[in-house]
Amino acid sequence: MHKPSLSRRMFIILNTLLLTFVTVVGIVPFVHLLAISLSSNTAAMAGEVKLWPVGFTMDAYMFLGEKVEFFRSLWVSIERVVLGTAVNMFLVFITAFPLARPNSQFKYRTVYVWFFAITMFFGGGLIPTYIVVKNTGIMDSIWALILPGALNVWNMVLMLNFFRTIPRELDEAATIDGAGYWRILWQIYLPVSLPSIATIGLFTIVGHWNAWFDGILYMNSPDKYPLQTYLSTLITAINSQMSSMSPEQLRAMENLSEKTLRTAQIFMGALPIMLVYPFLQKYFVKGMTVGSVKE
Amino acid sequence: MKLLRKEYPLHLMLVPGVILTLIYAYGPMAGLVMAFQQFEPLSGFFKSEWVGFDNFTYVFNLPDFNQVLWNTIVISLFKMVLFLVVPLILALLLNEVTRRWFSRFIQSAIFLPFFLSWTVLGGVIIELFSLDGPVNGIVKSLGSEPIMFMLNNDWFRGIIIGSDVWKGMGYNMIVMLAAITGINATLYEAAEVDGAGKWKQMIHITLPGIAPIIILLGVLSLGNVLNAGFEQILIMYNPTVYEGADVIDTFVYRLGMFSQQFGPAAAVGLFKSVISLGLVSITYYAAYKYNNYRIF
Repeated sequence: MHKPSLSRRMFIILNTLLLTFVTVVGIVPFVHLLAISLSSNTAAMAGEVKLWPVGFTMDAYMFLGEKVEFFRSLWVSIERVVLGTAVNMFLVFITAFPLARPNSQFKYRTVYVWFFAITMFFGGGLIPTYIVVKNTGIMDSIWALILPGALNVWNMVLMLNFFRTIPRELDEAATIDGAGYWRILWQIYLPVSLPSIATIGLFTIVGHWNAWFDGILYMNSPDKYPLQTYLSTLITAINSQMSSMSPEQLRAMENLSEKTLRTAQIFMGALPIMLVYPFLQKYFVKGMTVGSVKE
Repeated sequence: MKLLRKEYPLHLMLVPGVILTLIYAYGPMAGLVMAFQQFEPLSGFFKSEWVGFDNFTYVFNLPDFNQVLWNTIVISLFKMVLFLVVPLILALLLNEVTRRWFSRFIQSAIFLPFFLSWTVLGGVIIELFSLDGPVNGIVKSLGSEPIMFMLNNDWFRGIIIGSDVWKGMGYNMIVMLAAITGINATLYEAAEVDGAGKWKQMIHITLPGIAPIIILLGVLSLGNVLNAGFEQILIMYNPTVYEGADVIDTFVYRLGMFSQQFGPAAAVGLFKSVISLGLVSITYYAAYKYNNYRIF
């Protein structure tokens, strides 16, 4: 290797600095949030906290341990993630399988594919969807957060495309041995598609954990809110308080905890993903490249 | 009959998916008829009065509607362009980093916000830009008066766009980076033998090599022109900045949920869906034609 030229070395230094800056911009907001949550309330209110806690205290987190709303909504979230992911994955799996059959094996394949695909491009919108959910009688129950999005067509398409890469000889051999479609699905496709299931499953878990708006829409009482919906009430309360002070909002403010407690709760809402994310990143990256770059 | 016997397990597998899709995807589509009705929740679809296009004329004549449409288009166009340019620059720069651990670390940091919810990120942004937050700390140390970022229409729109790009840039960056690594390495060797420097290599090999991906990402995002980011704006805005940040989706939400004007709200929703569907069809066709992109 020849020695890099002066301009090349200049570029490398500048590039490293620039990328470090971008990295800092990506991480610093969370450090700031953590610092506030670990500071004394007076320091936080006065805006003295930057990147390091001022008047370090774990009070907010201790207090959080007694906060009923937080744990109640955390439990709703856990329920939602477990139940929702199970339902989503089951549906994706059994729906993608028939649609991955060649037309010669499944005559109506194209009809079904279009039936599902249309819903990706055209929908009823917010208000009609709300009315349908209301009329199916699942308002205020965990099912309102799971059923309307239970079949994610995009994930189904990813799964379908993966199924098509499975060598046909595999199920031909199984058919000769007398296996039916259900047996092929569970005993051959399931074990073979574990990487794909992991990718889609992880996206589904993150999606359920992060969803908040459907909670606002479909849950009438705040004690049924999942965690992110509960957090959103903290944030929007702060936000509307800034611009106008109607009596209702003032009352909402009274229930609203101090700054350190609020940031502690927001941080806890992000924590599970921050913790598992570094380990999952490689799956996400693989799944994304499969999903978006295709010839 | 023989065919039915052979294929029935396949139909059976589709039953749950079909039922759920019929109810929760096609059901709301049928509900769009209320766009043409004076919809009364108590009377339902069958007894509500038909009003033709009255809801549409009513909404389009609302004083706020033009502003809302304009906001939607401005915000999403800015997002679209930045979502291509910023990740592209980052991917090109990151591609020059030779130390693997450093590259990995930067990727993780840039990708992180993508996985967090808008409630978390909204909370973070509001803290950062609050009157005595760290951003105003910098403003003050530069000798200016603190700025009310979240209450100022011009700033707020910028924050909406900037924070969305911050959240999402990791995704496109990784897609582009994957495309760059897919470029045939012998091309670079040949260019180097011919005396092309790194800059020339980038212009003549890397950029043409990933152009199809960039075009594809751009084309696909066109279908989203009327989606300016509902959840993000809903959690971050407040009445003071409606003028600059109210978009179609937030407008529909307030119209339907708070003023109970179901008919007009559904009319706006239908208007948006039809335009989006048209754009998606055009861009999908273009993507298929120029890049042979198909999803199934």
